[in-house]
Amino acid sequence: MERIPILKMGDFLLVTIQVDMHDQLALTLQEDLTDRISRTSARGVLIDISSLEVVDSFIGRMLANIAGMARVLDAVTVVVGMQPAVAITLVELGLSLPGVRTALNVERGMDLLRGAVEARTGWGSDDHRAD
Amino acid sequence: MIIERTELLQVRNSNDIVRVRQLTREWSIAAGFSLVDQTKMVTAASELARNTLEHGGGGTAQVELLADTARRGLRLTCEDRGPGIPDIALALRDGYTSRNGLGLGLGGARRLVNEFSIDSRPGEGTRVTITRWR
Repeated sequence: MERIPILKMGDFLLVTIQVDMHDQLALTLQEDLTDRISRTSARGVLIDISSLEVVDSFIGRMLANIAGMARVLDAVTVVVGMQPAVAITLVELGLSLPGVRTALNVERGMDLLRGAVEARTGWGSDDHRAD
Repeated sequence: MIIERTELLQVRNSNDIVRVRQLTREWSIAAGFSLVDQTKMVTAASELARNTLEHGGGGTAQVELLADTARRGLRLTCEDRGPGIPDIALALRDGYTSRNGLGLGLGGARRLVNEFSIDSRPGEGTRVTITRWR
């Protein structure tokens, strides 16, 4: 069965969507990612959509679903690399990707993930808890 | 107005939706659309083709490359023989969904194009036509 590869890098999972996904492929990715988050205890998910030329309401809903499921599994999701034409179209379509964090590129996305995970776990903060 | 090219695609599964997107993209480029206009037309086509599949139980998508005196355009007609839409005004409203969508399909698609028309009869089917001009 056709699948989109999920790479593990430290505490994070990386997905690069490089094909025009049919609906079943998008649903499979959603399931695979949730499964991988749970199995690897990943703290963050980065989804690179810079190759995607179209994000319709179905793909938009998939991204929102992934972010929601990841949150329930204690992981943060960042979607990076959205093409400007796609962003313009999404907003006109009426889709603002509620609950989905975005960043311009992979580098900024990784920064955002690290920051979000540190904020959640208290790493790097000065106020060490007494317990 | 002249129809320069026309192609009829079957919409029977989710791969067919991809095919509708691809053909709409190719012909949007042929019509001379900007990247943003291409993206809008392809996204609208994707929404309509999915409606045809999900709500209409499958059907057809006809893509037409149009030429006016001064401009070119693209027209897409999605047609099914499904249950039809009982209340079109309601279906066009943002947030309305009869199934598992976000309810953006029809209303959203309408905002992405220049012309939009819908003809639906309960029990007979639905035909939606969208046109975008360069």
